[in-house]
Amino acid sequence: MTEQLYGLSIRDLRVSFDGFTAVDGVSLDVAPGDIRFLIGPNGAGKTTLVDAVTGLVKATGSVRFGDRELLGRPVHRISRLGVGRTFQTSTVFEELTVLQNLDIAAGARRSWATLLRRRHGVPDEVAEALEVIGLAGRADQLAGTLAHGQKQWLEIGMLLVQDVRLLLLDEPVAGMSHEERDATGQLLEQVSQDRTVVVIEHDMDFLRRFARTVTVLHAGRVLSEGTVAQVQADPRVQEVYLGHPVDAGSAPTATEA
Amino acid sequence: MTTVARDPATDVDPTPPVEKPAAGPSRHRFRAAAGFALGAALLFAVAPLVLSDFRLSLLAKYLCVAMVAVGIGLAWGRGGMLALGQGVFFGLGGYAMAMHLKLADAGPGNMPDFMMLYGQLDELPLWWRPFASPWFALPATVLLPMAVAFVLGSLVFRRRVRGAYFAILSQALAAAMVILLIGQQGTTGGTNGLTDIQGFFGYDLDDPVNQRMVYFIIAGILLALLALTRHLMQSRYGELLVAVRDGEERVRFLGYDPATVKLVAYVVAAGMAGLAGALFVPAVGIISPALIGIVPSIEFVIGVAVGGRATLLGPVLGAVAVAWARTALSERFPGTWTYLQGLLFVVVVAFLPGGLASLVGLARRRTDGGRRPGPLVRLRRSRVEAG
Amino acid sequence: MTVLIGQLFTGVSIGAVLLLIALGLALTFGQMGVINMAHGEFIMAGAYTTYVLQQVVTVAGWSLLVALPVAFLVAGTMGVLLEILLIRRLYARPLDTLLVTWGVSLILQQLARDVFGSPNVQTRAPELLTGNIALPGGITVANNRLFILALAGGAVVALTVALRVTPLGRRIRAVVQNRDLAAVSGIATARVDRMTFFIGSGLAGIAGVALTLLGPIGPTMGTNLIIDAFLVVVVGGIGQLKGTVIVAFGLGVLQATGEYLTTLSVAKVMVFVAIVAFLQWRPQGMFTLRTRSLA
Repeated sequence: MTEQLYGLSIRDLRVSFDGFTAVDGVSLDVAPGDIRFLIGPNGAGKTTLVDAVTGLVKATGSVRFGDRELLGRPVHRISRLGVGRTFQTSTVFEELTVLQNLDIAAGARRSWATLLRRRHGVPDEVAEALEVIGLAGRADQLAGTLAHGQKQWLEIGMLLVQDVRLLLLDEPVAGMSHEERDATGQLLEQVSQDRTVVVIEHDMDFLRRFARTVTVLHAGRVLSEGTVAQVQADPRVQEVYLGHPVDAGSAPTATEA
Repeated sequence: MTTVARDPATDVDPTPPVEKPAAGPSRHRFRAAAGFALGAALLFAVAPLVLSDFRLSLLAKYLCVAMVAVGIGLAWGRGGMLALGQGVFFGLGGYAMAMHLKLADAGPGNMPDFMMLYGQLDELPLWWRPFASPWFALPATVLLPMAVAFVLGSLVFRRRVRGAYFAILSQALAAAMVILLIGQQGTTGGTNGLTDIQGFFGYDLDDPVNQRMVYFIIAGILLALLALTRHLMQSRYGELLVAVRDGEERVRFLGYDPATVKLVAYVVAAGMAGLAGALFVPAVGIISPALIGIVPSIEFVIGVAVGGRATLLGPVLGAVAVAWARTALSERFPGTWTYLQGLLFVVVVAFLPGGLASLVGLARRRTDGGRRPGPLVRLRRSRVEAG
Repeated sequence: MTVLIGQLFTGVSIGAVLLLIALGLALTFGQMGVINMAHGEFIMAGAYTTYVLQQVVTVAGWSLLVALPVAFLVAGTMGVLLEILLIRRLYARPLDTLLVTWGVSLILQQLARDVFGSPNVQTRAPELLTGNIALPGGITVANNRLFILALAGGAVVALTVALRVTPLGRRIRAVVQNRDLAAVSGIATARVDRMTFFIGSGLAGIAGVALTLLGPIGPTMGTNLIIDAFLVVVVGGIGQLKGTVIVAFGLGVLQATGEYLTTLSVAKVMVFVAIVAFLQWRPQGMFTLRTRSLA
């Protein structure tokens, strides 16, 4: 797994819905192998940005992953270029087993001849992912019966077997216990060894521990960018989060209300 | 790679660890083979022995309905596409076959009897002519419906027309087709359809022996279609189809085009319906708009719902049972049958969405010490969106 | 020119019938994403209500006027019962609702057969509505068609005003736009749903009254209408009435033109092809409430 690492490069991205501009000229660069956190108040445009990158909503501007332009391609083509995402609500296939979920995720490049045959045994990359996400003992369990945290890991596992080079995770630790968050963070660190990771997250504690870089969005624009410390020290960020400027270092501390 | 995410289920998740399914692949295969052998024995040995010629020809008719049901089970039960217009494909297959048989009955160079009767035409219409050749007509019974399904399916699935919208469109197609057939009376037989078909590739259909042969053909083809469907359902494609049913967008984000996945199931179902229509014609001797419109199209679905939409055998048994009940009741108490049919729709779909198969699954779980039913049998709420 | 205008009016009057039928459907489908196949039988109920009232109130003009509110109440009550007994249990399964309500429609049809008999029955139209009006330019327009056009227009205006002005209307619109948010804002969504069903089904009853002016009525009259009405709603897009209005008249004119140029059956197929083609361009229908939606 020593494939080429790619970075994400967004230039002047704009998304509007019926006159309302959700993303208003965002430019940002995520270095290859980075773990970039996107934060910002509700309505800042975080999820819409990810929607635009993955082709779910129409956008103008430019989104390049490596040397490929993503804008204008349909969702499944973007996915085949190695861009994968999760959603705020977990979207595993609940009627299928963990193994079947991973096997489907691993198979987008399969030929029809392969698709029309039965699966025999467990493909290597699926077995590996089962170990990484800690669900090897539950391979034959229906995904719908998994605990919330396990579903989120299964989602990440599906991105791994899909062999995406860019992971876009929308609030991966929401609703997780402390232990589960730690495990998820470590999983992200491991995953980022040969992939680029972008995380939307509200949990500031999680952010401080696992973010390498942070971009703060506000009202569809980039408000601030840098390391966790730099962003926390930025008075504009404090103003957005708390409504007024405060002493450096004390904010933002809580998840937004 | 090492495991970093610990499994916290031991302390947070109260569900007991699931035992591995007891049946390995080889045992599955054995049971399937045994099931097919049993089905073949019933259809080929028991039924012809115990049923009168009349009953056997009725069964032949039911088995044609069951073929349509197998396809609906695939498209709707596994793929989430509520195909309410399968009558169109049944009709295309049926008309293709009936046109050939009418031409064969009339003899080379002659026009079918009804065309002479209406007397509007001096010669055979152009689009009838290829059907004189069995080499065109027989493949057409399957390929024509598949082609129509392909065109409609690729147009609507690619534009993400789905759920209720798709159901309504497929139903509207059935309505349009019936109106078209009725309107072109001179060349299609209009409301009467194509009737009074005498021969089947040189065999006289009035002869009970030949009717029996038609029954055997139908039973054999139904078994073959079941084998094909079973394979599709258990293949990786079958798993993917369920995934598309439950999370079309998610599948898209995994790099698949769900439109193609759905299209395959829809086209296969259309082919099955076409084949069923084609075989219906020698079995019953008629094809008409009344057999393929909105009402019969939706009636194909009820058998599937009763039997268990997401299972392999449920649609077949459900379709045969509903068709049998219809014959048994509707002759003596036509009103009662309509009430009963309405109630079937209400009770089964609202309160037993898994169909009778889900009852079997329940019973088996109880006696079998907790072995889970096939994951796909347990049809929870279908999350197919309305838009 | 005369022919053209004549055809245009035929199209408009077909559209007016479509609109009356589709209006209630747009309301219930738009609000709950629920396909109610028994909507056609509510139309039938409205038509039979007119028929029954005519046995009591023998002056056709008066019985028609009385029938409008009574049919609204009868069909509306049937709708509420259906909502309470079945549909509310099935909100998470819109496709299954379609099949369940189809079953209900079968039962209602048979009920009508048992009560009123299988053959179609005819109501007497009021004197005033049987003739034609001659317009300048040699165009004649049937009075009953004009009445239906006015009725459809009135229904649209009344519904629009009700949705915009009344508190119930505001609640209905809130639920259509965001059910969860409406619920947490203190709107009793279940009660709003019930009222929507009452109004939507009631409108079907009104449509039924109007249809008695155009021809005989029978137990299966609903089945023939429902598909066309659903197509109007699908193409019009949900959540806004203007789509339904435009598409109803558009399809009406298209069908009238097609019929004039070819035959009824070819026109029907043309309409179907036009709809599929239209959905290539706008798969969500003509107008749609656009919000960021997940999957």
